[in-house]
Amino acid sequence: MTALTHLQRLEAESIHILREVAAEAANPVMLYSVGKDSAVMLHLATKAFAPGTPPFPLLHVDTTWKFRAMYELRERAAVAAGMELIVHRNPEAVALGINPFDHGSRHTDLWKTEGLKQALTAGGFDAAFGGARRDEEKSRAKERVFSFRSASHGWDPRAQRPELWNLYNTRLHPGESIRVFPLSNWTELDIWQYILAEGIEIVPLYLAAPRPTVERDGQLLMVDDDRFRLLPGERPVDRSIRFRTLGCYPLSGAVESTADTLPAVIQEMLLTTTSERQGRVIDHDQAASMEKKKREGYF
Amino acid sequence: MSAAHAYAPDALVARDIDAYLTRHAAKSMLRFITCGSVDDGKSTLIGRLLYDSRAVFADQLDALAADSARTGTQGTNLDFALLVDGLSAEREQGITIDVAYRFFATPARKFIVADTPGHEQYTRNMVTGASTADLAVILVDARKGVLAQTRRHSHLVQLVGIRHVVLAVNKMDLVGHDQATFDAIVADYRDFARSIGIDRITAIPLSGLTGANIVDPAPAMPWYDGPTLLAHLEAVEVAAPTDRPFRMPVQWVNRPDQHFRGFSGLVAAGGVAVGDEVRIVPAGRTTTVARILGPDGERPRADAGTSITLVLADEIDCARGDVIAAAASPPEVADAFVSTVVWMDAAPLVPGRGYLLKLATQTVVATLQPPRHVVDVTAGGTRPAATLAINDIGVVEVRTDRPLVFERYADGAALGGFILIDRETNATVAAGMIDEPVRRASNIHWQQVDVTRAAHAAQKGQSPRVLWFTGLSGSGKSTIANLVERRLHALGRHTFLLDGDNVRHGLNRDLGFSETDRVENIRRVGEVAHLMADAGLIVLTAFISPFAADRAMVRDMLPAGEFVEIFVDAPLAVAEARDPKGLYAKARAGLIADFTGIDSPYEPPAAPELRIDARESAEAAAERIVEYVIGVWSHDL
Repeated sequence: MTALTHLQRLEAESIHILREVAAEAANPVMLYSVGKDSAVMLHLATKAFAPGTPPFPLLHVDTTWKFRAMYELRERAAVAAGMELIVHRNPEAVALGINPFDHGSRHTDLWKTEGLKQALTAGGFDAAFGGARRDEEKSRAKERVFSFRSASHGWDPRAQRPELWNLYNTRLHPGESIRVFPLSNWTELDIWQYILAEGIEIVPLYLAAPRPTVERDGQLLMVDDDRFRLLPGERPVDRSIRFRTLGCYPLSGAVESTADTLPAVIQEMLLTTTSERQGRVIDHDQAASMEKKKREGYF
Repeated sequence: MSAAHAYAPDALVARDIDAYLTRHAAKSMLRFITCGSVDDGKSTLIGRLLYDSRAVFADQLDALAADSARTGTQGTNLDFALLVDGLSAEREQGITIDVAYRFFATPARKFIVADTPGHEQYTRNMVTGASTADLAVILVDARKGVLAQTRRHSHLVQLVGIRHVVLAVNKMDLVGHDQATFDAIVADYRDFARSIGIDRITAIPLSGLTGANIVDPAPAMPWYDGPTLLAHLEAVEVAAPTDRPFRMPVQWVNRPDQHFRGFSGLVAAGGVAVGDEVRIVPAGRTTTVARILGPDGERPRADAGTSITLVLADEIDCARGDVIAAAASPPEVADAFVSTVVWMDAAPLVPGRGYLLKLATQTVVATLQPPRHVVDVTAGGTRPAATLAINDIGVVEVRTDRPLVFERYADGAALGGFILIDRETNATVAAGMIDEPVRRASNIHWQQVDVTRAAHAAQKGQSPRVLWFTGLSGSGKSTIANLVERRLHALGRHTFLLDGDNVRHGLNRDLGFSETDRVENIRRVGEVAHLMADAGLIVLTAFISPFAADRAMVRDMLPAGEFVEIFVDAPLAVAEARDPKGLYAKARAGLIADFTGIDSPYEPPAAPELRIDARESAEAAAERIVEYVIGVWSHDL
């Protein structure tokens, strides 16, 4: 017998976690953000239940402000996996016309944090898979694979259950739910390596191409549709860019790059000197910000 | 810090990314834990490993520099501990309060570090972190040597079964890099470690603060010619043993349509190949492996650590909780175990109370006896204790309501380690490791040739019990016993109710009510109940059974734990006021002799398994009894 490689061990562990939840949760759902981590998670789910299809739906908490390329892949990926796709848009945010240009942090609060809570409550989901990894951010290093949320979706670091061996306690009181992170032990490099090895389809925006951009507050933003509000004097300029993380397009900072293949992207990632989350505007305020958001129910 | 350690990726990345990726794809993985006292510099050591192995990016370094200036303890230098101490609550307290997992990679390996706190009250975190680790790094402060805390951590490492220990003698810079100091600490530790059964130790003198012997050899310690910490972590061989028989706990039955039926799980031990004969445990049926589906599709064989789906040659009953195993050497089955239990909850163990026990993919209701003893992991030795409090480690007999497929923990954590869950709070309250089954006889559950009493019970999917209701005439025994039986029946349990009056119409109609006849009455009922329990039934008996010695006689007929004495404790005044059959009135009138409570004594049980108060409704009492016997959650497990 040859020893397993680290990717084989990670893959086996993730599949084990996916199956445990399918077996023990009453009504699981997979949060699907269309990003590269979601792509890997979905790929693992199809493997875990092959030749059947995963016994849970996909849930996309939409903000209406994602990149167009993300919406295209979303539909295609759900069909390819043979899974039901639930798209939730917070009706309050729809009614108020919440957008990243006028509403700052309320955009994230209403569309994502509140939208997610609404969708989970409405669906009666007791377990939700998420693609978060422990290596993303310091407060996540202590996150359990199975993360318990109160009936109001809050997270209490002191109320989390010890996880021994690969035994997960999935018992819940009515109204409580679990967020499950099958990719907990993967690093960014592992994700890229796996996408490459498995030929997993990802949003083309991860690869460099000429795209219309403006530079604002030190960030390169892509003008993905005509809702982008140009400031006086601002004109979109075509630059060769790619994205390290994808979210709402007016909030996702691009990097200038010519890396138009996966190996080239990995090469750039390894040669670069900044960590992955830097492109997300949300993290910049303070070191403990992600922990605060998590306590409030942000994924 | 020196500029030499600034972020610089592997040279191969820039030169030949494809070659780098090929090499990266072939990496193995090592999971290890670090443990030490609060001030041993553990977080600093891990921060240093991350930093020196280039797992820290420039923006994180900026944040680190800012944090170091604000809250650091290293003056103008970077405080590496801040790279690791994550949650704001613990940063304010200045101690690590939980298990944090960190990642870094070298050209040889990917590493997952469980950073486990050294503070005494957090033993549970260390056991948690250790449960998935291949290796333990035990830190010792060179100025202090082996402390009580060091011994405690070593005991835990040994308990959890980690076979590789690194003794990291840290802060060598503070003892002038003195070899004699190092040698004395190592000699001291080796003696102690050997005494508790740890014999594979690698001792390394180092400094988390200066980086000496972490990644690069330390010029200040030319007398040390062993590997650096990282070199050792890269080289240590931790592959799973290959000579174990095949075991796969079934997680999930994959049945997308009527053309496919597969059994999914993670191979816990050994390997399996198409054509192998396998046995479904506990049922015992054998069949052969027709197909194996791995993560990449059809394959001829699979080994430990792989998540697979097996298709079997025969249509055979197999469900989540079963274990598919090598037919020739299946795991044992038992329902009572001597286990080492680490208590992790603020609420202490309640002996006799039902907890959910999860082992591999099996979940059952378990009760624990009072601990045989508690292990003193600091001073060594044991002490008696009536219960287990948080962070206690005890040797306890665990009994389950259904037979469990298991292995001794020493033979494998996958079928030897379990967690206990409180059914009220749903908290994970304990981790346990099976030392041995209590009755070796249960070993034959899977042998189909002998229809043993265990086989009878296993077929019914229940543990036999004799629920012995005792109490005065009119106390409500029959009423409650009837309710309990109806409820158990509805839950799919196989039961039979022996009622005093009915038995006296037939089996015991030759007996009267003299003391001798009453003893014989109970003896016969006890023997019948015993036979029915041998057949696997849950037997309910409703007899006054006034004499303690008679009840003890029946108890002794049955295997330990099967006799459940239920004292229906209605005071004489209450029972007499009810007098459903008018017997008390007749006895008071002198029409019946030797009537219990009137002119014949009732000896109340001193320690019944359950006591039913007269004020409790029959329905509530019945519910409580059902819960005690099988656990109210059992039906939906």
